[in-house]
Amino acid sequence: MIEVSNLSVSFGSGERRKQVVKGVSFQVAKGETLGIVGESGCGKSTVLRSLAGLDRHWEGEIRLNGQPVERVRSREHLTLAQMVFQDPYGSIHPRHRIERVLAEPARAMKTGEGWDRVAPALEQVGLPAAFAERFPHELSGGQRQRVAIARALMLEPEVLLLDEPTSALDVSVQAEVLNLLADLREERGLTYVLVSHDLAVIAHMCDRVLVMKDGLFVDELDKSDLARGETHHAYSKQLFEASYL
Amino acid sequence: MPAPETVLTVRNLTVRFARSKIHAVDGVSFDLGTERLGIVGESGSGKSTLGRAIMRLLPSAAKVEADQLDFDGAPLLTRSEREMRSLRGNRMSLIMQDPRYSLNPVLTVGKQVAEAALLHQKIGKKEAYAKAAEMLARVRISDVERVMELYPHQISGGMGQRVMIAMMLLAKPRLVVADEPTSALDVSVRGDVLELLDELVRENNSGLMLISHDIRMVAAFCQRILVMYKGRVVETLTRLEDAQHPYTRGLIAAMPDPRKPVRRLQVLDRPAIDALEPRP
Ligand SMILES: Nc1ncnc2c1ncn2[C@@H]1O[C@H](COP(=O)(O)OP(=O)(O)OP(=O)(O)O)[C@@H](O)[C@H]1O
Ligand SMILES: Nc1ncnc2c1ncn2[C@@H]1O[C@H](COP(=O)(O)OP(=O)(O)OP(=O)(O)O)[C@@H](O)[C@H]1O
Ligand SMILES: [Mg+2]
Ligand SMILES: [Mg+2]
Repeated sequence: MIEVSNLSVSFGSGERRKQVVKGVSFQVAKGETLGIVGESGCGKSTVLRSLAGLDRHWEGEIRLNGQPVERVRSREHLTLAQMVFQDPYGSIHPRHRIERVLAEPARAMKTGEGWDRVAPALEQVGLPAAFAERFPHELSGGQRQRVAIARALMLEPEVLLLDEPTSALDVSVQAEVLNLLADLREERGLTYVLVSHDLAVIAHMCDRVLVMKDGLFVDELDKSDLARGETHHAYSKQLFEASYL
Repeated sequence: MPAPETVLTVRNLTVRFARSKIHAVDGVSFDLGTERLGIVGESGSGKSTLGRAIMRLLPSAAKVEADQLDFDGAPLLTRSEREMRSLRGNRMSLIMQDPRYSLNPVLTVGKQVAEAALLHQKIGKKEAYAKAAEMLARVRISDVERVMELYPHQISGGMGQRVMIAMMLLAKPRLVVADEPTSALDVSVRGDVLELLDELVRENNSGLMLISHDIRMVAAFCQRILVMYKGRVVETLTRLEDAQHPYTRGLIAAMPDPRKPVRRLQVLDRPAIDALEPRP
């Protein structure tokens, strides 16, 4: 579903130029969930933003569903992969009512009006339909995050790029959201790339995990590695030891 | 053991938003000493609203009432907005849930942190920059020089949280309300940041209210935990194992455990909990 080869991302120019992602390659099969973990600032969100077509600084090759995508995405490619942002405000316009936030993607992509789908979208993420009337600041942090997930699902993408989707949620709502994501994966054969610093969440959701450090992937763990806490690199070892306390 | 000095006294605090009938915070009472107090609870249970009510940072649509809300022995609710402004960021500090959106978008990170240093410590401009750089390094920002030149939208989520914390540490407040301050940090950086918060509390005789949904972390770091459900404090714990309330137990059961993989996570039996917590 996703094939990335030699992806690099740099910011700034001249002396200030900083390479944030340093030529990484990976693949994600259809229906698979790939996890990415790593230190804060190592480039995880940057990788997701490049996949989602939100960053145009990247070099290398990205293929979605077998087709190479351009830096400036076609409408069809944009709807293929949707991102759920780390801070919900990244995708939610602060001065728009929730109904408009949710209807916007469908309208922008000209796939219909979107209004009629607002109520079911809210209910799907466990929020009352009456929240459609509210402004983002009238919701709690976790409620906003669920709106962001609902928004990403509006266009029925095949790939969801999830950047810390539950870090603003308490564990009970987290469990509900993770179960929802698991159900969707089953029903619609969705493919996920999930970034989280919470190894318990990663181990629960992912078939495979890449460990990122300083713009590079330094380790890859499969389900049985995760269950046994087995690692192949000093950094991932450190990461696991610190979180299994 | 002598009773800890009281930083904050909260009695029967209630917050209601104009648009909704229910109380976002419903009759909450507690004392905060020079200690680390954790606040956990369901999303939407009123944790952030409680923190903001104490800081008097709620919009005017919010109706705040309390029998008592004292900070450092003096009532907060009767203070003028001007007095509150000088208290905030000075004697009391709030670290907000969406850090990158709480920072000033048109100022570089370096400028903002240096300004905090300038404001709170009697030093010159150049020293303030040096102090800012030092503080950013202490919250484990690597590449400090480069990061200081960046604007808030150019830093990562976890970097934003650490920038907020660095600014707060420079202010050395007596009361810190930290709303999900470490949710985007990996465990190793988080450990260091928590240690810094702990140092601050000890050195300045401060009280810390740590709001988080991560009950494992809160239980490890805080001396006491208030558990909130639908605007109310349903229990106060010193150890997670002592949890009695079905909501708290449900929370503990809902945590994924890497050593015991399950296909579906357990979710709360809300009707059963609500039956125990009848609302008017
Ligand atoms: N627009 C930009 N301009 C300059 N630097 C940037 C920009 N966007 C990101 N960066 C830099 O890229 C690096 C990686 O950021 P990224 O957001 O990908 O980290 P992350 O791994 O998601 O971290 P976190 O876990 O804290 O969210 C950071 O050092 C950041 O400052
Ligand atoms: N300005 C507002 N107007 C109306 N309702 C509001 C407003 N702000 C918050 N609320 C509501 O008050 C309740 C408590 O919100 P609060 O932000 O305190 O929750 P929280 O416990 O911090 O949750 P989270 O863990 O998701 O951040 C929620 O149901 C929210 O929708
Ligand atoms: Mg990130
Ligand atoms: Mg909150």
